[in-house]
Amino acid sequence: MKKWFEQYPLGTIAFLLPLWVLLYVSLQPIADSIVLVTGLSPGTHLTEAFRFFVFEVPKVLLLLTLIVFAVGIIRSYFSPERTRKILGGKKLFVGNVLASLLGVVTPFCSCSAIPLFLGFVESGIPLGVTFSFLIAAPMINEVALVLLFGLFGWKTALLYMSTGLIIAMVSGYIIGILKLERFVEPWVYEVKAGHLDLQEEKLLFKQRISSGVDAVNEIVSKVWIYIVIGIAVGAGIHGYVPENFMASLMGKSAWWSVPIAVLIGVPMYSNAAGIIPIVQALLEKGASLGTVLAFMMAVIGLSLPETIILKKVLKLPLIFAFVGIVAVGIIIVGYIFNFVY
Amino acid sequence: MNIKILGSGCMNCKTLEKRTIDALQELNMDAAVEKVEDYQKIASYGIMRTPGLVVDEKVVMSGAVPTVEKIKELLLAHQGSK
Repeated sequence: MKKWFEQYPLGTIAFLLPLWVLLYVSLQPIADSIVLVTGLSPGTHLTEAFRFFVFEVPKVLLLLTLIVFAVGIIRSYFSPERTRKILGGKKLFVGNVLASLLGVVTPFCSCSAIPLFLGFVESGIPLGVTFSFLIAAPMINEVALVLLFGLFGWKTALLYMSTGLIIAMVSGYIIGILKLERFVEPWVYEVKAGHLDLQEEKLLFKQRISSGVDAVNEIVSKVWIYIVIGIAVGAGIHGYVPENFMASLMGKSAWWSVPIAVLIGVPMYSNAAGIIPIVQALLEKGASLGTVLAFMMAVIGLSLPETIILKKVLKLPLIFAFVGIVAVGIIIVGYIFNFVY
Repeated sequence: MNIKILGSGCMNCKTLEKRTIDALQELNMDAAVEKVEDYQKIASYGIMRTPGLVVDEKVVMSGAVPTVEKIKELLLAHQGSK
């Protein structure tokens, strides 16, 4: 398949895209006929859980492939080096807004958080602006957006993205005005980063398509299993847990549900792929959107392993400030949604 | 030839190390492969994405795990440039 893409990039896309659309629109009939073939009687818990599973798994995988491919192409236009150049010399606020937006499109892996942090700080990008980037990058990722779009619809996906961006902008801004630079490990400022003369090669569009294919291979092969497991658990909840079961626990009337959801979410480290299908099923059973959203943001955006990595460059007060400010932001977002919906 | 793998010991760095060793073997090249895990040293090479591949103190690649074939190309290109 990769060979086709390399030799006939546009032809392969022109061939695969209609196939994708055809598959996508026939998901419901296919799922229904699979259910029919198994001879399960309609309406039972098992049948409904099964139907949910055979419909949602291919749907989410299809969406994931397409979006990851597109994002892979978009990201080939960005690099941390270029982002650093754009952010250089930007003041607080404008810098925070830009950094958050760039955090979404710049390729980022939490294992690179430290070199990226050093690279930003060394080139004089303010601490608060750097944080806006570091908050937005993991929180708003393509896998989370695909799952939100596939399972909740475009409105929720958009809400997640816009509120995530606002949290990244505002939290970074607050960290900036608090002047917490003294809580950065002193050696960070002594780093003399070498200057890389890796000339940014101009990529041909063909090569960008090829990086889209690479992204699909890398991400889909990594997350598909979590999606399947997550949807299986979600299907179980969907079929077996009684309606309104979650209402008293995670419903609107339970005011404490938002902070509790965040408290539970922060130390949890699950990738978006596993957590979102489960959360979607909970929503169906009476949990409220704000609580659910807050939980997801806490799980995805604030992760313990990443915080531990950051410990190498940040002193504890700054780490607490970072986690605290973002957590409060998430809680506020949760309450706003519970209030609005 | 001296080769350094820059990275904090995550999955990608290990894969890169393994592939680099494979590439060297396939090319029948002799080189010392060294891992650099210290962030200060990593930063001194100017990369912002791990893993990084350094050949004779020159960064030839960063932020990706290339295939064995691609690593062979990079190594040969480096040798040719000397």
